[in-house]
Amino acid sequence: MPDTLSWTMIFALMAKQFWPVWVALVVTFVLSIRFKRKLGLYGKLFDSPVGMVGFAIVMFWVFTALFADMIVTFDPLAQLGSVKNPLPGSPTPAGADGQYPWFLLGGDHLARDVFSRMVEGARQVLVIAPAATTFAFLVGITLGLPAGYFGGKLDTVLSFMANLVLAFPVILLFYLLVTPEIRNTGIPVYLAAILFLIPILFFVVLLNSRFHTNPPKRNLYVGVTLVLGLWAYSGLAFNRDPLGVWGMAPNLLNVFVSVVFVNAPTVFRIVRGIVMDIKSRDYVAAGQTRGEQAWYIMLWEILPNARGPLIVDYCLRIGYTTILLGTLGFFGLGVTPESPDWGSTINAGRKLLSMIPHPAVVPALALMSLVLGLNLLADGLREESMKD
Amino acid sequence: MLRFVLRRLGVMVLTALVLTFVVFYLTNLPPNLEKLARSEGSVRMTDAAVASWIIDNGHGGSVFYRYAEWLGVAPGWVLTDDKGVTRGLCIRQNDDPALAPTFCGIFQGNWGFSTVFKKPVLYSLGKSMAATGWLMLAVMVVMVPVALLIGVLAGMREGSRTDRVLSTFSIASSATPEYVSGVILVALFASPATGLSPLLSGWGWIGGKTLFLGTATSAMDNITFWNFALPVATIALYGVGYIARMTRASMTEVMTQQYIRTARLKGVAFRDVVLRHALRNAMIAPFTVIMLQFPYLLNGVVITETLFNYKGFGWMLVTAAGNNDIEMLLGASVVAVIFVLATQLISDIGYVFLNPRIRLS
Repeated sequence: MPDTLSWTMIFALMAKQFWPVWVALVVTFVLSIRFKRKLGLYGKLFDSPVGMVGFAIVMFWVFTALFADMIVTFDPLAQLGSVKNPLPGSPTPAGADGQYPWFLLGGDHLARDVFSRMVEGARQVLVIAPAATTFAFLVGITLGLPAGYFGGKLDTVLSFMANLVLAFPVILLFYLLVTPEIRNTGIPVYLAAILFLIPILFFVVLLNSRFHTNPPKRNLYVGVTLVLGLWAYSGLAFNRDPLGVWGMAPNLLNVFVSVVFVNAPTVFRIVRGIVMDIKSRDYVAAGQTRGEQAWYIMLWEILPNARGPLIVDYCLRIGYTTILLGTLGFFGLGVTPESPDWGSTINAGRKLLSMIPHPAVVPALALMSLVLGLNLLADGLREESMKD
Repeated sequence: MLRFVLRRLGVMVLTALVLTFVVFYLTNLPPNLEKLARSEGSVRMTDAAVASWIIDNGHGGSVFYRYAEWLGVAPGWVLTDDKGVTRGLCIRQNDDPALAPTFCGIFQGNWGFSTVFKKPVLYSLGKSMAATGWLMLAVMVVMVPVALLIGVLAGMREGSRTDRVLSTFSIASSATPEYVSGVILVALFASPATGLSPLLSGWGWIGGKTLFLGTATSAMDNITFWNFALPVATIALYGVGYIARMTRASMTEVMTQQYIRTARLKGVAFRDVVLRHALRNAMIAPFTVIMLQFPYLLNGVVITETLFNYKGFGWMLVTAAGNNDIEMLLGASVVAVIFVLATQLISDIGYVFLNPRIRLS
């Protein structure tokens, strides 16, 4: 049986385990810095040290999620032996037969490897958080543009609804929306049916307003969008994809919808504010005088000019969504019990927190570093986009 | 001004009604009522028995009518069963049905009875809110001065080393949600196995096994520094970063204004420029931010109270939600919703008062 590892050895072995991530990071940075003058705002990011640090942390987790299968030392769900909560660096009971000989960061109360669970958790978080944020942005933009541009009754109604959601304490909303009982009533599916339709609407209007003067091209683009969009829609919202490619487990759909629902009103308010500012500019007036349609002005003239603050907020919001997902996991809402996502691992580890902290501290630090990376990245982007 | 406040109040009341209705609807969904029937009646009830229990206990009928009953604007239900016993929402046990009031909702002060705590909702609510009040007070006392100080120090000389260090700190703190900082703080300061405590007790500097207590249950009766510091720090840490960043942004903007330059050129000392000329104008935005931070504090309170087992409002909300305690949950949501709306109103009105440039249309 191998010896227990010292902390230096643990870190060295972990660094070795992460080798695909280091390679990918180096390649990304070398290429990006080499061509940074040709890469627009993304390239400018490499002029700001804060932005670079943030980008490095974020990409570290992105690559970890991508290469998770190569990094993990054990199956994240496998229970290794009967010793509860083995300490970091302690040897595994079955070290002989070609298995990895140590618990790098210890094991949890079911003797599952904490390191492997943390790595696998990155995959879970980095799939749901950006996807949910993107949906929230599409919903917020689709509703925020007309509210800010047209104003009037539409704005009053939409703003009132956004304020309704914002006045709801988030935790209460989660406790009401993310429960097994509510899945039986079908409310998440109805919500998903509405929320997921909006992105399709967004892209159809986007392409139609641009190409409606050229019907063949318009028909092609809008047709492709509709086919792809409705295909994904049938799978994601109703789990009835005829080909079985798109699909989401009911509990995941529940979590996803709630997170989009909580985030979209804030995005709506931001977009509305920016549009109200931009619509008084001369180029908008010029477009109106040329007789351009309202949606063309909104989507192809106002939106591109609002991208700076929106990109910054997008980064921040992915971080916030990560925190929200962690909160859900922390309260054990909407996740399967053995799920390795960071929130529920913290929740599982907190029961013995004061005696055996490592099963909770490891995912806690992972979550914190990812959110920190996203915040630093947003800060760097803000600084660089202000320089224009 | 009066019209502005009145209109805001009107919108606020409407919002509160809609939100409480949503909560009412979601807590009174058929599956929840079935669960209630099985926990209050018997676990082995048949589906038919469950259905009749729901109707017999006034949970049948339209959800709108039941909401009105619960509010106290519609007459409470009264049912006489086969044995001739009349029961109803407003009729207490062993009371004469003829003397019972017609309306009894939350407007009449009847918030219902908690099935988990076996106490009237108002009583449990009051007790837990008092506990949370102390927690929030301590958090505010720690968080606001620290955040303003960090923001002002960072913002008064933009780009300096102090600014860099403090800004990084505030970014890091706003990246640390309560369930992360709580876990780390406990591991560092309240664990007999790791962090500082084994060192300190090895040197004989502390009497007990740990420096701070890992739970705040004892703070319910007696708040001391050692059992209250960690929960307060946990909540404050997340909020500090955000308020500090807003203060910094507002401070840097003020420091570039013409009148600050004029004051500097007149030869006023930098200290006096900051304290006399800049500070007051830089405090307008943070006031709004601090008020709007309250709803997020509520979030933090729920997480922290669960983590540290402090039986306040958040802990109660989680317990009620986890145990299908419908009336308790409704009571808690009313409080939460009114709390959030009130802070929004105060922040709006306060902003207008503080900033004479804003004109009310």
